[in-house]
Amino acid sequence: MAYSEKVIDHYENPRNVGAMDKDDRGVGTGMVGAPACGDVMRLQIKVNEQGIIEDAKFKTYGCGSAIASSSLVTEWVKGKTLDEAMTIKNSHIAEELELPPVKIHCSVLAEDAIKAAVEDYRQKQGGAQVVVQPVMASAQTAH
Amino acid sequence: MNQSKIIELNSKQPLLINPDRPIYLDYQATTPVDPLVLEQMLPFLTHDFGNAASRSHPYGWTAEKAVEKARQQVADAIHADPREIVWTSGATEATNLALKGAAHFYSGKGKHLITLRTEHKATLDTCRQLEREGFEITYLEVQEDGLVDLQAFAAAIRPDTIIASVLYVNNEIGVIQPMEAIGKMLRAHKVLFHVDAVQALGKIPVDVEAIQADMMSLSGHKIYGPKGIGALYVRRKPRVRVEAQVHGGGHERGMRSGTLPTHQIVGMGAAAELAVQSMESDAKRIRQLRDRLLQGIQERVEETYINGNMEHRVPHNLNISFAFVEGESLIMALKEIAVSSGSACTSASLEPSYVLRALGKSDELAHSSIRFGIGRYTTEEEIDATIELIAGKVDKLRELSPLWEMHQEGIDLNSIQWAAH
Ligand SMILES: Cc1ncc(COP(=O)(O)O)c(C=O)c1O
Ligand code: FES
Repeated sequence: MAYSEKVIDHYENPRNVGAMDKDDRGVGTGMVGAPACGDVMRLQIKVNEQGIIEDAKFKTYGCGSAIASSSLVTEWVKGKTLDEAMTIKNSHIAEELELPPVKIHCSVLAEDAIKAAVEDYRQKQGGAQVVVQPVMASAQTAH
Repeated sequence: MNQSKIIELNSKQPLLINPDRPIYLDYQATTPVDPLVLEQMLPFLTHDFGNAASRSHPYGWTAEKAVEKARQQVADAIHADPREIVWTSGATEATNLALKGAAHFYSGKGKHLITLRTEHKATLDTCRQLEREGFEITYLEVQEDGLVDLQAFAAAIRPDTIIASVLYVNNEIGVIQPMEAIGKMLRAHKVLFHVDAVQALGKIPVDVEAIQADMMSLSGHKIYGPKGIGALYVRRKPRVRVEAQVHGGGHERGMRSGTLPTHQIVGMGAAAELAVQSMESDAKRIRQLRDRLLQGIQERVEETYINGNMEHRVPHNLNISFAFVEGESLIMALKEIAVSSGSACTSASLEPSYVLRALGKSDELAHSSIRFGIGRYTTEEEIDATIELIAGKVDKLRELSPLWEMHQEGIDLNSIQWAAH
């Protein structure tokens, strides 16, 4: 399968690979997918007092498109408010990376990872507005 | 680096290996035509272009003579009689002809067939078609090492069983099924035995008498012959009947019509002869390379798992799962090596290899598998470069893998509630 140059770039030079302390109150962790499906994505965000995402890190087990999608998302969420981050849609990711139809679910996973990370952060802050449907369920429909 | 390296092997003419292309380790997918084979094919495209069915002039006679020589060569390679060889467009067609042709002919006797879950798609999809036509198929499970359990096989045989089809050497994991025992058992029960020997020919001795095969599918392009040519062996004593699937001028004794592609047939004949001649020396060299590759990988990379039995296996194949990295991303990382993966995405079906699943491998390990196919032109330098690349890229991908991190932290991945399927 031929990959777009952008996928290859993110894949070869993944941005923001790493881990944050998931017990830190300022860190939201979203882990979606399942090893059996061939993809697990973990996105972590560090949110400052003003509610802005200061930093993001990821680790992904999955195909090149899944790795590229999560790498891209770490770049995109940085500097955004939580609400802004929640507006990132898989279609944006797929478009940016020029993903073929069979790879759309990899971008769905990245969108789900953002939602899961934001929700985890919000829950840590006292379980305020819970807006997302179950993340695992949407990851599951992708396969 | 655009200088081409010229290597001379057991062939008279050199084979060009272009260093700008990935190292080819996908010899179970296909093989290049051996220069010695090509040399014999070429005249039949130009000077000796006649139609083997033209009986009235020397153009036809020359072609017919070449076709019959090749028939003898293929027959010799499997210890058969040339009259038992039917030319086809490849092994897929040969298997279609064998299974559909015999099932249709013998449907009055029974409508049950037996095969393995780990067969090639040519067999499995043909069986699916027979199911749609009203036949019943038993897909036998295999054991964890890929070998079929003979007792389970015996238990699957019914009074209405007419055919059993078994893959001699598996194309994904290289395991060799106990064909002699299976053949003996089937003969005793008067069940026809079809063998897919595509990956066996040239790798191990193939003898239709020793294994009591009734039908056998062969392919040109897996034995350093051309693509688009294959053969079906159909036993004469005791006589096995197959109904034609392709009708036309009545070629191949009515079993398969169509003008014979002389150059392809000549190529397959020459390749079959060469395959048998060079089998021992090829296998010896390839085994050394396989051992070197395996040892190199095992020394450099932890958490690797071999798929398939190592003892009852051709050395030409090594199938390894690299835990905690996903196969497609690994293949993407290994762009300097041409290999194939049992992982989801290469097949576009998003399903991990059905062969590895049939061995009871977890989906994770099935997703993480790489098939290395070693062949006649593989060199030690290529193997060493491969080890280097694999070790580096697996490390890199594990750095990216949350599963590897969890494994390092001692977390049991099975204890986590992942999305259910
Ligand atoms: C075991 C096996 N059987 C059958 C085939 C099909 O052969 P062909 O490509 O000649 O149709 C292949 C090759 O893909 C194979 O590996
Ligand atoms: S993660 Fe499964 S295809 Fe991308």
